[in-house]
Formats: sequence, structure tokens, C-alpha cells
Amino acid sequence: MTRRLVGGFGELLITAGVLVLLFVAWQLWWTDVVANRAQERIVRSLTEDFRDGSTVGDDALPGLAGSRAFAVIRVPRFGADDARPVIEGTGRPVLALGVGHYRGTAMPGEVGNFSVAGHRTTYGRPFHDIDRLRQGDRVIVETKPTVYVYEVTGHEIVRPYQSEVIAPVPDRPGATPEDALLTMTSCHPRYSATYRYVAHGRLVETVDRADWRPADWTTVEG
Amino acid sequence: MYAALWRLLPGPWWAKAVQCVVLTLLVVAVCFRWVFPEVAEVVPFNDNTVDR
Repeated sequence: MTRRLVGGFGELLITAGVLVLLFVAWQLWWTDVVANRAQERIVRSLTEDFRDGSTVGDDALPGLAGSRAFAVIRVPRFGADDARPVIEGTGRPVLALGVGHYRGTAMPGEVGNFSVAGHRTTYGRPFHDIDRLRQGDRVIVETKPTVYVYEVTGHEIVRPYQSEVIAPVPDRPGATPEDALLTMTSCHPRYSATYRYVAHGRLVETVDRADWRPADWTTVEG
Repeated sequence: MYAALWRLLPGPWWAKAVQCVVLTLLVVAVCFRWVFPEVAEVVPFNDNTVDR
């Protein structure tokens, strides 16, 4: 009897261990598979919409009422084909479907601080290589009428509560902005949420969609 | 636990084995689809935002 109880308990422990391993596999691998597929689909539907003129509809984002994908962000440093949807809001469901725009921060091209958050690991990990960004690297934000080109100016590593990094003038909350800036946040180090890796940039070019020549802007130096 | 399951399943050994595989896949599917997304809500290492 005791023997059977102990044996049963052992089986429970083994089962629990296998379930934990299964969860790790799901988190590190499966969420990437699902999220990459979803994000590619949203980018495709945004790109079509940018081209053919119908409005960006919520149909691109089933089950996400109130959140709208409105831009595509491209970071040539992350890869020649890198493209992720930018979606309003920074809740978990949003960040599983793309890069999230902090509500209340500037919109692309506006004076102020266009601030976005993205996963460093898991869920398609759009900002996996955020630490490889160098000064002068371009970040391209495409909206329907206009393409905005930002250039990375620097980075900082902060604690999660240091929301001043997304202030209209980064790190100077309350100051009145004069420039159109960009801030990208992700977790740091990888597979941890202890710190935030924050990259800042500055708007350098505003191009009409009709005049947009990607090849002029997507080369990566170094 | 698993020994009891093996005894409960009907058929010869190969039929039992097939049923075990199907059951395992079913458990994995339920975990991936419904259980793990809920668990991920409460584990802390998925945060990327700075909070206001």
C-alpha cells in the first residue's frame, strides 16, 4: 500500500516535470510560430491597405476590439525583410500581435516621442536584436500617406518603472518637446524582465508614399 | 496511476499504445491552446513595457 502511494506520488512529480518542460517549449518556440504567422498576416493586410486606398479596418485584428494596427515598423538592422505591425496600446494581447504603441505618446512623425514596446524573446520577438542597434541605424515607420525615417541616437538600460524614457522629451518629464523623436522599449536582459532596454531615435526624413524608394533607406552600415 | 490507465484501456497492447499516444497528443493540444496562454498571463518574464 505504502509502496503504491509512493509510486503514485513519483508519477505525479514526473508528470509535473514534463508539463513544466512542455510549458517552456510552448513559451520559447510555439508562441514564436503563432505570433510570427499572425504578424506577417497583419503586415500583409496593412501593406495592401496602404496601397489600394481602403481604410485600415479592425478586420486585420480579430478579437482585439479597440486596438488598431496603423503602421508598419521596419528595422533594416534586424534583417532586410524585417517588418512588424504597430498596434495601438501596450497590453499583452497587443504585444503578441506586433509592436505596441504607448497610448498618449506622439504618433509617427509628430513632434514629441513616438514610443513603442516589443517583445525581446517569445511571441515573435520583434525587438530580439534591439541591443545591436547602433547610432545612425534607421528605423522606418510606414503609415498610409507617409513614410517616416528615424535614426537611432543612443540607448539606455533602465528599471521597468522609469517611464520618463517615453516622456515627450525623454528623461525630462514635463519639458516641452521641439523634435520628433522615437523610443523603443524591450525587456533586458533576454529571458528576464528585470530591466528595460530603451533605444532612442530622431526623425530625419519624411517621405510621401508616392516618392518612397525603400532601397535608398534600407542599407545597413557596419 | 499510469499502470491503472494501461489496465483500463481496452484491446490488445498495440491498441492500448495507440490510445496512449492519442491521449498524450490531446493533453498537449489542450495545454498549448488553453492552459499555457492562461499561465503566461501570470508569469512575470513577458513584460517589455515601462509603466506609468
